Amino acid sequence: MPSLKTLRNRIASVKATQKITKAMQMVAAAKLRKAQMAAEAARPYAERMNTVLANLAKGLEGQPDAPVLLAGNGRDQVHLLLVATAERGLCGAFNSSIARLARDHANRLLAEGKTVKILCIGRKGADQLKRQFADKIIDIIDLKALKTIGFGDADAIGKRVIAMFAKGEYDVCTLFYSRFKSVISQIPTAQRIVPAEVQGTAVSTGGIYEYEPDEATILSDLLPRNVSVQIFRALLENGASEQGARMSAMDSATRNAGEMIKKLTTVYNRSRQAMITKELIEIISGAEAL
Amino acid sequence: MAAFKFELVSPEKLILSEEVDQVVVPGTDGDFTVLAGHSPVMTTIRPGFIDIVRAGGKPSKIFIRGGFADVAPNGLTILAEKAMPAEELKADVIAAQIKNAEEDLADAKTEAAKTAAAEILGQLKDIQAALGK
Repeated sequence: MPSLKTLRNRIASVKATQKITKAMQMVAAAKLRKAQMAAEAARPYAERMNTVLANLAKGLEGQPDAPVLLAGNGRDQVHLLLVATAERGLCGAFNSSIARLARDHANRLLAEGKTVKILCIGRKGADQLKRQFADKIIDIIDLKALKTIGFGDADAIGKRVIAMFAKGEYDVCTLFYSRFKSVISQIPTAQRIVPAEVQGTAVSTGGIYEYEPDEATILSDLLPRNVSVQIFRALLENGASEQGARMSAMDSATRNAGEMIKKLTTVYNRSRQAMITKELIEIISGAEAL
Repeated sequence: MAAFKFELVSPEKLILSEEVDQVVVPGTDGDFTVLAGHSPVMTTIRPGFIDIVRAGGKPSKIFIRGGFADVAPNGLTILAEKAMPAEELKADVIAAQIKNAEEDLADAKTEAAKTAAAEILGQLKDIQAALGK
């Protein structure tokens, strides 16, 4: 049986922890609202981009002169994994679930005899992948200094990814991030961005489209931009997911702390009672002996 | 004049979505005016101003950079990487900012800071060129 003093100390420290987790939960809730708004505001652009790409890609499908960013360079040997995670921990399984998805993907590729390169966006994913793939990680992009992610930041990453592709440093690029479904559900997702995976179906516009300059020129202008847009969208979704995950993780931490305090208080009260009873017995038996 | 639907979208948000009468778009191959019932065109844009004319409202100018315009039967959509209302752009302010950006570029130590500074400078120069006309 621990002494009353240690019990009191433990209760006090659990209470202090509970205060911190509660504060973190509220901060995460406020940030989540902002992040969610940013993610929703970015959707129209990404959707339009997809529709336009789908329209253009349909026209060029199967043609030999299709841009390499769309059709690929014909090889499938070197894979670049772009792993986007958070900069901070304490957000439940958020970081590890993205890292796990990336790790499984990398292991599968390695088993097939492919070469894997990893580019990490965010420290936390890098920390987890470092254990197994320390020699595969080519760089870690740190976004810690940024309060909000602007398109410029995503564009810089996108330009870098495309420059690497142009130099032939990889053949296929896959982006890993967590899609925000709701506060309690974030889905780790893998998306191929080079060559572009055209989602959505082409919409028939009824009339004949005129292209200015020609389709190929527009497409070659659009495809690099699309890579940046996809990265931007992934980063925003990730931001919202991170805050959501942190919110629910901190919520259950607060609840756990509450339960623990309740249990400890019961133990404390019981042992206090036992102590009093013991002292009384001692006094009474002492008096009787006289 | 018949109105049509016009949307201006940047990666960060939907900037404008309204019924307008006429929009002048700076296309890569030359400026063109979009009116209701324009035949479907898809074009990339060069940095410059779009001119918006609304029924009864006053016309407005917005600077756009990088992106494309999509004229579909149901309206005009411009996807622009950057968009700024013209009122916020004054020649002397831009000139001061260019000077600032050039100093930043000279001071930049890391590779990332250098690219960022060069990007800003390029943008400002585009605006200045568009204003000069």
